[in-house]
This record gives sequence, C-alpha cells and structure tokens, in this order.
Amino acid sequence: MSTDTSAATRSSFATRSKQENWLPVLELAVEEVFAIMLNCKVKPTAQSEHKPNGEFTAMVGLAGALCGIITVCCDRKTAGQLARSMLGEEAKSGEEVADALGEVCNMIAGNFKNKLAGTDERCMLSVPSVISGWEYSFHTMAEGNSLETILLFEDAPIAVRLQLQN
Amino acid sequence: MDKIRALIVDDSSVMRKIVERSLRQAGIELEKVVEASNGAEALVVLQNNVVDLILCDINMPVMDGLEFVRQVATVESAKGIPIVMITTEGSESHVVQALSAGARGYIRKPFTPDQVKEHVLPVLGKKV
Repeated sequence: MSTDTSAATRSSFATRSKQENWLPVLELAVEEVFAIMLNCKVKPTAQSEHKPNGEFTAMVGLAGALCGIITVCCDRKTAGQLARSMLGEEAKSGEEVADALGEVCNMIAGNFKNKLAGTDERCMLSVPSVISGWEYSFHTMAEGNSLETILLFEDAPIAVRLQLQN
Repeated sequence: MDKIRALIVDDSSVMRKIVERSLRQAGIELEKVVEASNGAEALVVLQNNVVDLILCDINMPVMDGLEFVRQVATVESAKGIPIVMITTEGSESHVVQALSAGARGYIRKPFTPDQVKEHVLPVLGKKV
C-alpha cells in the first residue's frame, strides 16, 4: 500500500515537472548558489552554442517524492576556477577541486528542492559524488523527464542537469 | 568579543574552510578551530578538545548531523555547547528535528557571512 502511495507521489511530481516547467526554478537555484557562494553572476546561455566537455561531473541523488539525479558538468580548468572562487585561493589538490564541485552540486540540489512547494519535506539528498576523467559512460535509472541549463562561468560552459524518474 | 573555540563538522573540507572564513568575516574572533568530517569523528574530537561553538552539516556519511546532535546531548562534558546546523536541507521538518534534538540555530546553504552572524552571535549570547 505504502509502495503504491510512494509511486503515485513520484508520478505526480514527474507530471508536475512537465506541467509547471521547473527549468526557471532550476536556473534560479543555480544563479543563487553562484551569486552567494562564488560571488559571481551567471545567466543561462543558448545550449546550442556552448557544450561543456565532461571532464568533471558532480552528482547528487534525489530520493523520495522526487526521485532522480542532479549533475553539474564542466572541464578541468573551469572546475579549478570554481574551486578558487569558492575558497578565495587556489585549490591545493584535485581532490579539493572535486570537493568544491560536489558542494556546488549539493547546494544547487538543496536549493532547487527547497523552492518546490510540497517537495522539500519528502525528498532526501544523497551526499555528492564526483567523476573525473573522460572514459566513462553515464547510465541512470532515472530515465524520465530531464531539464538542462547551461551557464557561462568565466566564459566557460557549465551544464546543470536534472534527470527525474518517471 | 572574547575569542572562541569552534568545532566545524562537514564531510566537505572545502565547506569547512568556507564556514571558518564566514565566521571570521562575521567578525567572530577564533582562538582555535577543530574539524571533523562526520558526526562520529566529531564526538571523538569533542573528547579531546574544549569548544564554545559547534557548526554542523546534516547530510554526512557514517553519522549524520541530526544523530550527532542527539548524541552530544548525552555527553556530560558537551552539554550546553551551542550547536548551529549549516545544511542544504531546508525543510521545516529538518529544522524542527534539529531544534528538538538540541540545536540552537539553523542556517541553510547557500549562506552569506551576514546570515552566519545573524544566527551564530545570539547563541553565543552576543547582540547581532
């Protein structure tokens, strides 16, 4: 019975994501994190013009009423610049760069779900994970609706993607 | 204001640095900062260090922040140390759980130094 209820709830949120157009909510969540934590104004850019290479991918899982994954993807140099902006100094290691990108993804995910009425109480976040390197394929069980926004940070593209499970 | 000794608990070392920097930017003078990457580690740190303030994340591996707050309440030597949560979890239920467990303040990430000041100074008995 409870499984049916959970599935119904997830389904209703997946439907909401289509009906309510959550892309502006995701974009606002991204803009706020960059403005507050990196002291940097970012705006979405046309997706066809800029595609980041996926050398660094941070991800945070969503479970519960909203089920899926949020990823933040950029190249190595941009990830390093992002870490420097957060820390106010050069990152001391690749691990620190990955940590910074993971935290950005974590804050975007939290900020996004906190903006969706009725979602934040029933949705949990995983701790962030970060993949670095080129030779990997990304498969997710959350093969439902997806939203993507690309922003320019110090003239380099960063892709933020929300993939929801149907 | 007297200098304070702070324990910062977060699984991200970058975030621990940012929290420390935000405390300094908020005008809070720090005598000492000790760190832990999860609740269990923080309990060990508390056995070996005297602190005046704890800033703690919620979502962490091994022992999360809510369980840590509950555990601190059972440690005689740590009772009364003000705990302020700093977390991406912004729901009312998380706030209620944290405050019920004994946390004295709650800051949502992303946060500004002013928000740190606003939430931390009162728990240290200082005016904002």
